[in-house]
Amino acid sequence: MKRIAAAALMVGLTFAGQAMAEPVKIGMITTLSGGGAGLGIDIRDGFLLAIKESGNKDIKVIVEDDAQKPELAVQIADKMVQSEKVDILTGIVWSNLAMAVVPGVVGQGTFYLSTNAGPSALAGANCNPNYFNVAYQNDNLHEAMGNYANTANYKKTFILAPNYPAGTDALTGFKRFYKGALAGELYTKVGQTDYATEIAQIRASGADSVYFFLPGGMGIAFMKQYSQSGISTPVMGPGFSFDQDVLGAIGDAAIGVKNSSHWSKDLDNAANKKYVAAFKAEYKRLPSLYATQGYDTANLILSAVAKASVKDKDAFRAALKEAKFDSVRGKFKFGNNNHPIQDIYVREVIKEDGVLTNKIVATSFTDHQDAYAASCKM
Amino acid sequence: MSSALLIEQALNGLQFGVMLFLMAAGLTLIFGVMGVINLAHGSLYMVGAFACAAVAAYTGSFWLGLVASLIAAAAAGAIVEVTVIRRLYNRDHLDQVLATFALILIFSEGTRWVFGSFPLYLDIPKVLQGAISLPGGAQYQLYRLAIIGAGLVVAIGLYLLIAKTRLGMRIRAGESDREMISALGVDIASLNTIVFALGAALAGLAGALVGALQSVQVGMGEPVLILAFVVIVIGGIGSIKGALAGAILVGVVDTMGRFLLPQLFTLFMQPSQAATAGAAIASMLIYIVMAFILAVRPKGLFAVNA
Repeated sequence: MKRIAAAALMVGLTFAGQAMAEPVKIGMITTLSGGGAGLGIDIRDGFLLAIKESGNKDIKVIVEDDAQKPELAVQIADKMVQSEKVDILTGIVWSNLAMAVVPGVVGQGTFYLSTNAGPSALAGANCNPNYFNVAYQNDNLHEAMGNYANTANYKKTFILAPNYPAGTDALTGFKRFYKGALAGELYTKVGQTDYATEIAQIRASGADSVYFFLPGGMGIAFMKQYSQSGISTPVMGPGFSFDQDVLGAIGDAAIGVKNSSHWSKDLDNAANKKYVAAFKAEYKRLPSLYATQGYDTANLILSAVAKASVKDKDAFRAALKEAKFDSVRGKFKFGNNNHPIQDIYVREVIKEDGVLTNKIVATSFTDHQDAYAASCKM
Repeated sequence: MSSALLIEQALNGLQFGVMLFLMAAGLTLIFGVMGVINLAHGSLYMVGAFACAAVAAYTGSFWLGLVASLIAAAAAGAIVEVTVIRRLYNRDHLDQVLATFALILIFSEGTRWVFGSFPLYLDIPKVLQGAISLPGGAQYQLYRLAIIGAGLVVAIGLYLLIAKTRLGMRIRAGESDREMISALGVDIASLNTIVFALGAALAGLAGALVGALQSVQVGMGEPVLILAFVVIVIGGIGSIKGALAGAILVGVVDTMGRFLLPQLFTLFMQPSQAATAGAAIASMLIYIVMAFILAVRPKGLFAVNA
């Protein structure tokens, strides 16, 4: 049986190879060292998994580490565009790095596909035909939680986020849909790991719920400290704060927390089931939403490569925009500003076979588009 | 603003200060006795946290993890001293900075190689879970109180060690004149190794204590290292007393700044703008304080050899 499967795979590979003879060079700049490395590694692993599954030998991916430093990301991008002559750039995790890299890159006519960062500044008036965001616009997941907070009948929410573009986008997004009053609004330092000061203020504020956006290690620290503080006010967050990469480190304190995401491991579609199983088999861990965005981005590129030559920019751009690929999110399409129009779910953290993970409990938005699309003239 | 909130924030400041003291004490001792700027001190903090998390995960006991963190960090410190730092005593500070910076990279990548890039889980021991009520109606996390207690015990212990023991006498002698005490027959090489391992163990202890509170991950030591340098510059390089005073000053100023400045700004700004502006100024506050102190006392609050 195994041999037959392998033979079938081989045949598949040869066909795929024949169909796409044109070499495509993809540059991936992502965070592989430092505190934020878990996110970049997931994006890279998801991306490379899709490339590997396709068996397409004409695609060459060059991966470099930006160490979460904007100046380094810009250097790498210059090198990749100028001397490596890549056709497509992708991979950046952080919005401040995306803001430093993307405008220059797409201005020179290179395609950039975002695997995570979706700063508002690139979604509105400064949208660009060569910039595609395959993840989300920064505000989206927060808008979904703002919407959910109304459903859950919260009237006095305390909100906090780090002081950088995605942090301000986050709280703006939450407030756009949330109808209750705010018990307080705080901006913390990026990379901060001690939240005693903030937790004391939450305690004193008399809030009926807490919404926080603290990606990576920041969120782990916050949740651990919050659960020990003796405050019983329920917390909510975007999926980033409760995804597979951080749940293990937060521990049982996360159980029951509601969070929003455009993807979940239990989404019921064939592509997703295949992806989750393949990712587990390849890397011996569950995929996170970052890995998923990497995987979808690679599949989008593969779908466009099958249709048009990357050297024919207009045809390739149109093929990307069509987004005819089997997204693990079920359905996926681009809006006028090349940002996704997609469903956003509310998930709950559960323990399954001794591992903390998420399950979908509600749908917050169906076919949701970002608030900046209207000011994009495309 | 309630008094309970103020008490809680003051305790937060004290706890942060005590944690900084554990880092700064080692750093200032090493600089005082050996004249070495050790940028890799943050890596020893990380080593302590990882050792504690790994052993606690394996044995199920935080306390064994804590012991492991002391041993691992002290051992790492001793090895680093013997293999690298020992060759740097007579070189200028730039060489020391370069070599110890290289150590940061080696430690970070080495740790990533062994433990992977994802944060490790380390939980607070059962007896210290939860919060307790304080007089005045304030509630406070028990574990943070324990950190304050542990830090004060270490401070007293260090004072006794340096003021009352033979080893302490040698450390003090080493601080004032290295050549002279080696001429007097003290084995300066092993003294250096002991001091370095002691400093490393304190950093490892801080890492383990804080690791249970925050997240145990590669690169966790560097942000603390920068603050520890601010502390020893404020306190006076080489002075343990200065490190304690500086650490508590920095801890309280930083905590209170983050808490009060955004509130102050709301008096004449919109809340969301005030929150951003206040947060921005608060993150600069300790550096402003440092600049002021250095303007008045260029060698720090408790300068050695002043």
